[in-house]
Amino acid sequence: MNIRTMAEMSGAKALMDSLEKEGVDIVFGLPGGANLPIYDALVDANFRHVLVRHEQSAAHMADGYARIKRKAGVCLATSGPGATNLITGIATAYADSSPLVAITGQVPLNMIGKDAFQETDIIGVANPCTKYAFQPRHATEIPEVVKKSFYIAESGRPGPVLVDIPKDVQQEVTEIKFPDLIKVRGYKPIVDPDLSNVGKAVELLVSAQRPIIMAGGGVILSGAFSELQALAELIMAPVVTTFKGKGAFPENHPLAMGPIGMHGHAEANRIILEADCILAVGARFSDRSVGRFDEFGKGMNIIHLDIDPAEIGKNKSVDIAIVGDVKSALRTMVKMLSKVAAKKSSDNQWLKRRKELIDYFSQNIKDYPRAMTARKALKKLRELLPAESIVTTEVGQCQMWTSLHFDVIAPGTFFSSTGLGTMGFGFPASIGAKAARPDVHVVDVAGDGSFNMTENSLAVSVLENLPVLVFLLNNDMLGMVAQWQRTFYDRRYMGVHQKSCPDYVKIAEAYGANGLKVQSMDELEKAIKSALRTEVATVIDITIDPEEDVYPFVAPGTGLKDMITGA
Amino acid sequence: MSSTEYKNKPLYIISSLVENKPGVLFRITNLFRARNFNIESITVGITEKPDLSRMTITTRIDEAILAQLVKQLRKLIDIVEVEVLDINNTVYRELALIKIRAKDFTNRNEIINFANVFRANILDIGKESVTVEVIGTPDKIDAFKNLIIQYEIVEMARTGVSALQRGE
Ligand SMILES: Cc1ncc(C[n+]2csc(CCOP(=O)(O)OP(=O)(O)O)c2C)c(N)n1
Ligand SMILES: [Mg+2]
Repeated sequence: MNIRTMAEMSGAKALMDSLEKEGVDIVFGLPGGANLPIYDALVDANFRHVLVRHEQSAAHMADGYARIKRKAGVCLATSGPGATNLITGIATAYADSSPLVAITGQVPLNMIGKDAFQETDIIGVANPCTKYAFQPRHATEIPEVVKKSFYIAESGRPGPVLVDIPKDVQQEVTEIKFPDLIKVRGYKPIVDPDLSNVGKAVELLVSAQRPIIMAGGGVILSGAFSELQALAELIMAPVVTTFKGKGAFPENHPLAMGPIGMHGHAEANRIILEADCILAVGARFSDRSVGRFDEFGKGMNIIHLDIDPAEIGKNKSVDIAIVGDVKSALRTMVKMLSKVAAKKSSDNQWLKRRKELIDYFSQNIKDYPRAMTARKALKKLRELLPAESIVTTEVGQCQMWTSLHFDVIAPGTFFSSTGLGTMGFGFPASIGAKAARPDVHVVDVAGDGSFNMTENSLAVSVLENLPVLVFLLNNDMLGMVAQWQRTFYDRRYMGVHQKSCPDYVKIAEAYGANGLKVQSMDELEKAIKSALRTEVATVIDITIDPEEDVYPFVAPGTGLKDMITGA
Repeated sequence: MSSTEYKNKPLYIISSLVENKPGVLFRITNLFRARNFNIESITVGITEKPDLSRMTITTRIDEAILAQLVKQLRKLIDIVEVEVLDINNTVYRELALIKIRAKDFTNRNEIINFANVFRANILDIGKESVTVEVIGTPDKIDAFKNLIIQYEIVEMARTGVSALQRGE
């Protein structure tokens, strides 16, 4: 054992050194009694600490950072309420397979189980929404626990890991060893796909008359953008995505069809019904994407490629299952395909049908006869925003309009809380994304209700010089809920009116950010241009109609074929 | 779902090796609850290796759900190995302690006779009860229980199934 890998230090210092060894350059957190030793060690750490105003936002920031960096984000909180405040953020990351290492302080070992002040059994609370949760009981365990946490969070199907460190373990000074290698014997993520199944899949795809690719979040997580594009072009298959997979494929590509699902593109929801072979890549057949499990894919061959064996057959039984890393499996498929088949021609019936559907539904798009609509605003944003900018969203109509009307051009530049649908996610997550990519513009397409939930992150954006653009589609409504009340509850509105409170321009200004209220397309254009020029967070408060609905709509419990286009 | 709905489904025995440390059983049972899996019995005990425990689960479910259950278990990091045992190639046993009401001498004798036929042991005889230890497959224990139910079961404790694959 050489000097550099063994030294006397505190548990808290061991934590800092371990994080550094993982290449951590930023952590998001908020201190309290049970993590004071960690905060003391942070003073001398070689990475940046960002003080948040609410722990939930720390988790969302770390999550947004992780989704863009494609490596684990780190958040810190104290025990009890600090730790429980993290949970919504951890659950959000879990639902979207985002790698996160959440580090909480805990009461000292001898107080655990005594209902001590600010004691919460956070391991128990976090269990259903983490890949694993550690509680080191000696300072000597910390380096190994941290290394395992990053390994588990980032490998296989990524996800959050919790490390709960009792205060006395943080303080304990002892001889610390830093392991080079760790082994987690009960954890064996599958990477290399079974080649015989890949071969069968290739045969099916080649013989299919009407193949379609359904790309999910797994494509983005594994960064398999060029592989996906090569495959699609070889077999000339239209590409739909799930909402989580939005941006896995350039949405201006001649084979792109956009997201399917509850508020998917009409032509995407339609064409997938007409396919004879579906290749689902890194997707999990969620109810929001496929409608009814029993109806979806009937009479078609389904090939399912995913890194998580437990996703195979969970919601949908399939014809061919390939378990493995999406990127390496797609690369193998492309290699095999280029040997067996000449590139298909783009002049075929199936692609003509694709064009027909797009033309048909595009003449059906109904824009409200108002000066300002969400659709027009988002089209303008797309026009003015550089392609490599990162876009995220809040939850509700604002999110679905973004899915429908904002084309993601550079793969991997879009993300949203798709699995949990967490209002308040987008803004802090956009700040995390900005920390990961300070060189590009980052935009949060927000709803007024969602922005309310975490708007205090404006302080972080301003003070930490992490400027983002909040593109606030302000209908003065919990609009998505209002739409459901309009549609399913006979317009009996309850609990949806925001009553013009607060004034978002004043909120922005109170934090030292820019606030711009716009009511016309001209004002909007000016505001976007000015926001893209400034180095300060900007909230563009865009007044839209409180009764604008999102269409198309596949009502819950119905199938894609029952889509209501609203035309 | 009520437990009777599962009665007609086939019995599966899942055998797994799990880390022998605190919190493991919690993670496993929490998975069953969260994913709505029906479990008939679960036993955990130490193995020949001090850092591993063997957990044996019996369940009556459809084959497709069984596959999901096994995959979800495999995902748990504290589970080192999981397999579904082939019942025809497995030795499996359960132990039951049954306290049976025996009002008089005749009752007592009848119960002792039944116990002998089942090679069960009499562990305790009181003024009004007999306590019997039955070891066997769950079916055998059920059969014994169904025989003596006429005398009224005062209390019963069953261990759940322990199992090992035959051969090496
Ligand atoms: C934390 C949380 N609470 C409640 C909901 C339920 N919910 C879904 S959309 C929505 C309305 C969102 O309103 P807003 O952010 O203004 O977006 P809009 O639909 O008006 O565009 C609500 C309350 C949720 N998704 N998340
Ligand atoms: Mg709103």
